[in-house]
Amino acid sequence: MRLIKNKIEHNGSGTVTLCPEEPEDMWHAYNLIRPGDLLRASAIRRVTTVQDTGSTSSARVHLTLLIKVKSLDFDPQSSQLHVSGQIMNETAHTKIGQFHTLDLELNRNFTLEKEVGADGEGVGWDSVAVEQLKDAVDEGGNRRAEAVAVVMQEGLAHICFIGQFQTILKQKVEMSVPRKRQGGGDHDKGMGKFFRVTLETLLRQMDFNTSLTSGANNEAVRPVLLASPGFVAAGFHKFIQSEASTTTPGLKRLLPSIMVVHSASGYLNSLSEVLQSPAVKTLLADTKYARETKLMDDFLDQLRKETNKATYGPREVESAVDQGAVGRGGGVLIMSNRLFRSQDVAERKRWVSLVDRVRDVEGGEVRVLSSDHESGKRLEGLGGIAALLTFPVVEEDLDSEDDAADTH
Amino acid sequence: MSRHRVKNVGYDDDDFEDDDGYDSPDPEEQEFLQQCTAAVLGQLRAGQPSVTATTEEVQEALWHYYNDIDKAVNYLRGKKEKEIKKQQAPAVQKPKAQAGKLLDSVSSLVDVSWLGSGYENTLRVPPHGDDLRRRSSLPQEPGFPAPLPSAAHFSAADFFRDCPWLNVPVHRKADILVEPLYPRLGLLGGAPESGGKMSKLAALAAARKKKEGEKAAAAAAPVAPEGPSTPQAERLEALSPKPSGTPLSLSERLAASKLSKSSDTNGGLRRLGKPGASASSPARQQPKPEASKPPPPPLPEQTQKEEPEIKPEPEPPIPTIRASPSTFASVILGNAAGPTMAEPSHLDSNNVDLLQIYGQDHAEPFDFAAPSPDDVVLNAQNTAKGFKSKPAAKAAGGQKGQTDLAGGMKDLSVEEKVTVKSKNLDVLAEYNKSTRKKSANFVVIGHVDAGKSTLMGRLLADQGAIDQRTLDKYRKEAEKIGKGSFALAWVMDQGSEERARGVTIDIATNKFETDTTAFTIVDAPGHRDFVPNMIAGASQADFAVLVIDSSVGKFESGLKGQTKEHALLVRSMGVQKIIVAVNKMDTVQWDTGRFQEIEQQISAFLTTAGFQPKNISFVPCSGVLGDNITRRSEDPKASWYTGRTLLEELETSEPYTHALDKPLRMTIGDVFRGGVQNPISISGRLDAGSLQMGDQILTMPSGESALIRSLEVDGEPSDWAVAGQNVVLNLANIDPIHLRSGDVVCRASAPIKTVTSFTAKVLAFEHLMPMQVDVHRGRLHVPGRISKLVASLDKTSGLALKKRPKIVAPGTVARVVVEIDQAVPLEAPTRIVLRAGGTTVAAGLLE
Repeated sequence: MRLIKNKIEHNGSGTVTLCPEEPEDMWHAYNLIRPGDLLRASAIRRVTTVQDTGSTSSARVHLTLLIKVKSLDFDPQSSQLHVSGQIMNETAHTKIGQFHTLDLELNRNFTLEKEVGADGEGVGWDSVAVEQLKDAVDEGGNRRAEAVAVVMQEGLAHICFIGQFQTILKQKVEMSVPRKRQGGGDHDKGMGKFFRVTLETLLRQMDFNTSLTSGANNEAVRPVLLASPGFVAAGFHKFIQSEASTTTPGLKRLLPSIMVVHSASGYLNSLSEVLQSPAVKTLLADTKYARETKLMDDFLDQLRKETNKATYGPREVESAVDQGAVGRGGGVLIMSNRLFRSQDVAERKRWVSLVDRVRDVEGGEVRVLSSDHESGKRLEGLGGIAALLTFPVVEEDLDSEDDAADTH
Repeated sequence: MSRHRVKNVGYDDDDFEDDDGYDSPDPEEQEFLQQCTAAVLGQLRAGQPSVTATTEEVQEALWHYYNDIDKAVNYLRGKKEKEIKKQQAPAVQKPKAQAGKLLDSVSSLVDVSWLGSGYENTLRVPPHGDDLRRRSSLPQEPGFPAPLPSAAHFSAADFFRDCPWLNVPVHRKADILVEPLYPRLGLLGGAPESGGKMSKLAALAAARKKKEGEKAAAAAAPVAPEGPSTPQAERLEALSPKPSGTPLSLSERLAASKLSKSSDTNGGLRRLGKPGASASSPARQQPKPEASKPPPPPLPEQTQKEEPEIKPEPEPPIPTIRASPSTFASVILGNAAGPTMAEPSHLDSNNVDLLQIYGQDHAEPFDFAAPSPDDVVLNAQNTAKGFKSKPAAKAAGGQKGQTDLAGGMKDLSVEEKVTVKSKNLDVLAEYNKSTRKKSANFVVIGHVDAGKSTLMGRLLADQGAIDQRTLDKYRKEAEKIGKGSFALAWVMDQGSEERARGVTIDIATNKFETDTTAFTIVDAPGHRDFVPNMIAGASQADFAVLVIDSSVGKFESGLKGQTKEHALLVRSMGVQKIIVAVNKMDTVQWDTGRFQEIEQQISAFLTTAGFQPKNISFVPCSGVLGDNITRRSEDPKASWYTGRTLLEELETSEPYTHALDKPLRMTIGDVFRGGVQNPISISGRLDAGSLQMGDQILTMPSGESALIRSLEVDGEPSDWAVAGQNVVLNLANIDPIHLRSGDVVCRASAPIKTVTSFTAKVLAFEHLMPMQVDVHRGRLHVPGRISKLVASLDKTSGLALKKRPKIVAPGTVARVVVEIDQAVPLEAPTRIVLRAGGTTVAAGLLE
């Protein structure tokens, strides 16, 4: 995302003009834009005019509309963001108060204005929002190329794209492969068919051009991780090699970027294991994903040790912060960005203030994990919030915990 | 009557064939063949043109077409039609060249057959009739098999039309009239096609009708039966029989349909009612085959046959017949539609005649769903014209075609429904009756490369379940790729990848029998990546054989690895008895100390895992050499061991009871193509309940039903199966896309519920916290997550120690809530295993 103009006031209100450049920027926009914000973007609206005679004619007009956001609709599969709300500016074709849904498009600027309302109507550009904006605007250009992972087992393959901030399951291939049986050769045949379908799907999802002539445009091939328990991934790798050497020589371009790693199962939750394998670590080192995964592992390790130096759940973490356990010297507050996406202003304020407190007052570290990543999903299981503590905190007595039952 | 005899002969033939057929070895197939035969015969008869074939022919055709009914029908039809065409040629010649002679013979035939004597004559009639029918129908419908109304209306009487001058005795005249000279109808030109203009014949007919009507009005009571036959006969002689027959039949039919409303006393009247009613009656199909047999119908039978059918028949079609009379009809019936006229008109004539007329009427023209008089007339005209004008015939054919097409579309379906007759056995009673050997399933578990597959290969080889030739082949091939020691394992490891890599990947089942027990071996993979497969295998087992590599270093690494995990898994899956085979004792020179050390460590571990000491037994053995497997070791160093061999130990297992009377449950282990006959087969072990051939089953979570076409128990065809048996079900009427391994087969009456969340009491093997886990139950393997730790429990009392713990330590029992992304068939009480990151984190019971 490119930052075109930044006019954030000291009090937190102000406007920012951004230009999304990659599909993933839509995900950033999805996190930045909150209900109640003002969004100005170009729109195409169909205007119907009624003549005096009663005949109607409709025309599509290109407008720049300013809307007050009501709701957002994000489709991670295709990275499309639809923002609907009421029109705030008057144009020749629209009235104030009419509803419109803006489809944000790549390479088209949009302006986002957040206001700080006197009566707590809007929270403006709080610290989390500014942080998110920084994440979104990648000025250094040090963003690493995303990887494609195929997590598979016999008869099942998940093809997903691992981005900086999100893991998108692009396609699931499921096929019934006959098991080995006495004297039956169906298994090998079934696996061959399964590999073929998986490869076709993978190439389609990657937009990989297998024709030899297109080799001229030397576009970089993203790393492809093949992961499976047992020998399925290795078998698939072998299958791709044989395809490259026989029927589709264009695949040869793909071969160097393929990496076979181990995973415990063919389901997406074993993706974390894939990303922790040494081979992948060197490939994706220092990506946000890798950092997040490591953080979660540290946390879970700490939790397993039962030293009481790790806690999770909204209530527990807040009480730990109250006791000053999430402070300098190793205190880490881990939060899922889902919490900040809350529609409820008060809810968001609660978490933002917690973040501010840990970071500014306690001196601890705050990490916001993307809920669209594997590590974020693990965190979601823990209630979306967890903390590594500087000293052991005794758990609260049982009575109060019953009330906490419904906090997540 | 004569026809009846003919038919009887046919049935006799059938029976005869049946007897023959039952001699053949497979009564199932025979039964199926019989069904097919009947279906083919039915289609042949019902289809157009209808043909007959002997059972023998049909069965031969079926055999050639692998019981494909449609193909057989097509083939037979083609064949028959050819034959008929061949016969046709002389038949066509005959009436022209030797009209008189033929007439005589035919009339005598008709007569004779009518009297019910002489098979030969009656038997000779069909070809003639068929030929004529064919002659009439074939040319007008080029390449169009749709039926034409005329098809069945030709009969012996047709021959008389050229020789009205012949002196036929009166009683025969009646017989002649019997034949509905239907096609002549067209000459009357009542159809719209001929415009409003009335033909001379139509006018004549109208005049006669009028006269008849007057006559009838004059004589209120029914006239003597012989009287009116005279005008008819007269007509026959005066005109060509063409016009006379038809107006009579039409008007009578219309009148009679009205009449049948008022009186149903007379058999003939009842029959008259048929044409109208038959349009909507299900019995409509029945007359068709009759129609294909042209000899004069055996009246008593027919009427008897029809009687029960007629009574329930609704009247509604009758008004439709009268609804829209054509110009022709209105002329004819303008003043004659009343019952007064109709009554005498048909009572005049011989009852028999009418019956015959209507018997044939209802056989053909009322094939339509809702015939109107227009249709009747039009069709009749078209068929009559068919001799001269093709377009008209085409139009009629097209019309027919449409109705046929519509009917055909109904029969069409993407899937061919298969029906298998259930034998409706009382399976449990059958099971109690059967004197099977006691059977036992056991799973072979242990760390990778402990020699599980080899041990089982040895066991099977020594028991003679594998012949020496196969074994030698394996040995040669294994040596070729430098893995000579794996030869025995190849008995179990059939997969190409398994052989190439020398590691078991998926479970393999094999069976062997001793004198007392039939064993089913489930050979589980030892590699940690394939623990899901091992879980599937363990879920099928009654007891377990834990194989331990006794060689130095391997035992220790195994204990940390899958030896431990497998043992815990089988225990948590309900296995009580475990036999520990301390394998590869030859590599440690049958060291007693080593054996005792292993025995000590393993028994300590197994006891903590929950096995009772009396259910644990140890056998030192060598899989490669076969020592202490089925025979005692001859190695002097092993002489210290005097206990049981592995096989003897296996035989000590007690029979296991299964929930036979619970609702059917079976987890699908594999979905595969069983062969040409069985495109979809599933295998698995019946967890509960029983099933039999022909049963309708339900697969969950897809919710699709299927039919058990046939089934195998332990590789042998069987009619039924009960819980605890390993079965292969050959299914029909289901798309394989609805079947996945891990799905559950149940009955629609007691379906298993699919859940997306469940509570389970589990024993933690690793730390539990809200986390992502894989849920395993047999072959079922789905991703899910522990969403809530409800409480940690006291191991013995089951009381909650701590509510909502943050984390559950290994070795403790806890109640957890597990959420699953997709709905899966799970119901309490069932044993589940939770795994994460390639290790088993917990196992327990669904609540």
